[in-house]
Amino acid sequence: MNVSGPHIDWMAISPLVALVGGACVVLLAGLVRAPFVRRTLVPLLTLAALGATAGLAIATWGDNVSVISDAMAMDDLTLFLCLVFVAAAACTVLLSWRAVAPREAGHGEYYSLLLTVVLGMVVLAGATNLVTIFIGYELLSVPLYVLCATEMRRATSLESGLKYLIIGSVGSATLLYGLAFVYGATGATNFGEIAAALDEVSTDVLLLTGLALVVTGLAFKASVAPFHQWTPDVYEGAPTAITAFMAVATKAAALGVMVRFFDVAVIGAWDSWAPAIAVLALVTIVVGNVGAIGQSSLKRLLAYSSVAQAGYMLAGVVVATQLGARAVVFYLAVYLFMNIAAFAVIVAREREAGVGDDISSLYGLGADRPLLAWPMTIAMLALAGFPATAGFFGKVYLIGATVDNGYAWLGVAIVVGSAISLAYYLRVVAAVWMRAPETRPAVGGGVPRPAIAGGSQEADASTVPAERPRIVQPEVVALAVVCAAATIFFGVYPEPLLDLAHDAGAVLTGLF
Amino acid sequence: MTIHLSILLFFPLVLATLGALLPRALAPGALLVGALVALAYSVLLLFDFQGGAAGLQYVTDDSWIEELGVRYSLGVDGLNLWLVALTTLLFAASALWIWVRPPVTERTSSAATGERTKLFAFHLGLAETAVLGALLAQDLILFVLFFDLMLVPFYFLVGQWGTGDRTAATFKLVVYTLVGSLLMLAAAVATGITAGAGPDGATSFSMAELASAPLGESEQRWIFAAFALAFLIKMPAFPFHGWMPDGYRSMPLPALAVFSGVLSKVGAYGFLRVVLPTFPDAAQDFQTVILLLALASILYGSAQAFTQTNMRLILGYSSVAQLGFITLGIFALGEAAGAQGALLQMVNHGLVVAPLFFIIALLLERTGSEDIRDMGGVAFRAPVLSSLFLIVAFATLAMPGSANFAGEFLILIGLFNTKLAIAVIAFTGVAMASVYMLRAYIRAMHNRVGAGVKSFDINVRDGLVLVPLVLVIIAFAVYPQQALDHSEPTVEKVVGGPQAVAGVTP
Repeated sequence: MNVSGPHIDWMAISPLVALVGGACVVLLAGLVRAPFVRRTLVPLLTLAALGATAGLAIATWGDNVSVISDAMAMDDLTLFLCLVFVAAAACTVLLSWRAVAPREAGHGEYYSLLLTVVLGMVVLAGATNLVTIFIGYELLSVPLYVLCATEMRRATSLESGLKYLIIGSVGSATLLYGLAFVYGATGATNFGEIAAALDEVSTDVLLLTGLALVVTGLAFKASVAPFHQWTPDVYEGAPTAITAFMAVATKAAALGVMVRFFDVAVIGAWDSWAPAIAVLALVTIVVGNVGAIGQSSLKRLLAYSSVAQAGYMLAGVVVATQLGARAVVFYLAVYLFMNIAAFAVIVAREREAGVGDDISSLYGLGADRPLLAWPMTIAMLALAGFPATAGFFGKVYLIGATVDNGYAWLGVAIVVGSAISLAYYLRVVAAVWMRAPETRPAVGGGVPRPAIAGGSQEADASTVPAERPRIVQPEVVALAVVCAAATIFFGVYPEPLLDLAHDAGAVLTGLF
Repeated sequence: MTIHLSILLFFPLVLATLGALLPRALAPGALLVGALVALAYSVLLLFDFQGGAAGLQYVTDDSWIEELGVRYSLGVDGLNLWLVALTTLLFAASALWIWVRPPVTERTSSAATGERTKLFAFHLGLAETAVLGALLAQDLILFVLFFDLMLVPFYFLVGQWGTGDRTAATFKLVVYTLVGSLLMLAAAVATGITAGAGPDGATSFSMAELASAPLGESEQRWIFAAFALAFLIKMPAFPFHGWMPDGYRSMPLPALAVFSGVLSKVGAYGFLRVVLPTFPDAAQDFQTVILLLALASILYGSAQAFTQTNMRLILGYSSVAQLGFITLGIFALGEAAGAQGALLQMVNHGLVVAPLFFIIALLLERTGSEDIRDMGGVAFRAPVLSSLFLIVAFATLAMPGSANFAGEFLILIGLFNTKLAIAVIAFTGVAMASVYMLRAYIRAMHNRVGAGVKSFDINVRDGLVLVPLVLVIIAFAVYPQQALDHSEPTVEKVVGGPQAVAGVTP
């Protein structure tokens, strides 16, 4: 029997191919015993794969093609988000360079999983078919569950992985159920056909139930309240490099698919879903900002902050205009810079100060580590939306989008949320500049770590050092500085990023 | 002659940044050079300015962020000319003060002090650029950007060099002012998007274009409220002054001199620049509310000023009262005299309050305290200091002959013609000003010599800062007409908006 598959435009999907190929090569290279290959070559190969993906994404920019029988759109929106994912993954590689997690989990596996997550994200962001959404969602989630648990000797890391697995599975199931309902109501899985069928069934109960379930499923991934409860625990427990990746890239993927699904496939039912998502956005802004206030763990604080930021960006989805879509993708890009800068500083201080990610690890940073103090300060001010940082224009853009389409109250909610957020962002800045460094007793004591089943010999042999030598980690410091500089640069001259966001938003031709 | 406002705007920041990168001993010098160049530039502006014209001069107008319709546009007219000059003057005085006596933190070791001085200079340079930007901006988003940016350096200045309960002070300062500013940001974006004032209904934030395409009255109302809140908090006006006592108590004095002298004026300036031309109907509707708030500020501020014993708070509350006067003048609506007086008074108040804060620093050296109960008898051995103080105090209480007298007089004239009752009550504020200023002067300089007082006269270094400021006050008192001539055409244009509305709806 001769089965003919759909036509495949290999050039258009070349970024995906690069990621798949990279994941395989990295996994195999990780099997080599030589330490140089594992510790140095594997991350470098990962960076090379990410670089190739980015290069191919730039090369196919503007092609705007629909591939594999319209299952995916490799258009500027997908490619823009692809660049965000790749950048976040590259930053994660740099943050993981000296980290414990890849050593314990095996370098090949760790980095190969990371590339697979990026692959899943690109598929999700480009999905124009209900089935592709689910494939992308799972391809993103499953490796991420594992990555959360890669610090195998730390109970909280394992707890984080398990928690994410359970909650994530609930999210997947809900999403799948919702997608099935949407299919049932419209009789189509393709976004274009769904949009066409919607004229008749836009207030159908089956469809609305399906939409509610889809929103819920995606809300789990984007940590939109009230489906955010896993976020602080998972963020706190996961290895910090992975937390940084999740905070930026997972959020971008979930919001990217929301933009495409709601603003393309079910735009005909806008009157029904927009008020509901608007209320979700409001709740998210309030819950995230209020939740962050009392946190002393920086990772938890940023987890709640990421919940709040998801609320801001959801406002851009609600309005369902090109302006809204552009505002969301622009905000996602600047969110990358500000968040990575903050996480890079957290990673650096975790290794230096020995008090984990507690806010006290930042005390006195302003006096003796200006290269870490300034990036943290800039990141916090940018997240709070201070002017002369990219966060300011991100907020201006989002507020403009809300006002433009009759959701001015949501714009006011964004600024009220920002006002509340000052309470915790400025606490971090105050810790950096206005607190004297604490003198602490030395931690640890040269004890061998407990051996665990499946752990590598290399990791078993290491001991907890008795005293902390001055750790040299130029890549982390450089990353913090570069991201902070980018935050300032795009705060003064956002035009290049706005042009890209403009192209990305322009692919949503159904919107005005 | 072409004068590039961008150079005036960014020179202080560039030099302060340079200072932060240079060896530590050079940082205050770099800041001083930046501030002096800016001062020279603004003096040049004063002489070159075409007095009779109502429009903007020295306009810089470039496309900045096309996507959002935001333009980088700066300009000078009668509204901001003198405020720019005031800003550069006070920052120059402050930079000079830091140059002659570098700031110290209470807790840092001596090794870190040099590093700290660099940062202090950097933040002050950033502050000058932010204030000048807010004054010069002719695009609403640019204005909001600089207005919010003004806060950042002061957050660090209070947090790192402040005295007393720094943490509470920074927290209140930032939360109060940013709540207002952020609402203003939303309101500004909403104004631009809904007005669509650009060509072909495109989004534009240009203040001139927004003024020519006013919004509907119901939209104007909430947007006006957001702007007014931001400005009233910044000034501060009663009852939004909650951040002021803590903030004034702990801000380092060179920073406080510019903060009180200039930043509070930007709020009042915002009313003239943004609110009256862009939201004329709402300004008319809310006139009485704002006037009553201003009146409450005068009465409350004055009453507090003559009960407080901390010198900083006496000045702080007197500022609340003075800014109440300024607001009265602005919202006399339809009376150019009121707004003229308000502008004059803004410059006057900045000129008198900055030297007063430097004098507090000098009194602290001589008496070891900022509380007037611990002072007394300083004048015996410090005749020059006490004469300078006396001149400034007389100017503050609007002695006839001082420029402040002219300012308050104009404000009250403007108000008499519109709201007689409010003007009559506001008159008591003038009387109360003399009570609290003279009380502060007498308790500090005369009376019995305080227990811890070791009086000595000022030296050349300190005189270098104080004497020029006092000379400017005297010069201004002799000839305030210059400022009035410059501002008159623009002010008449600004108050023209509400006037027209008032004519339609009696």
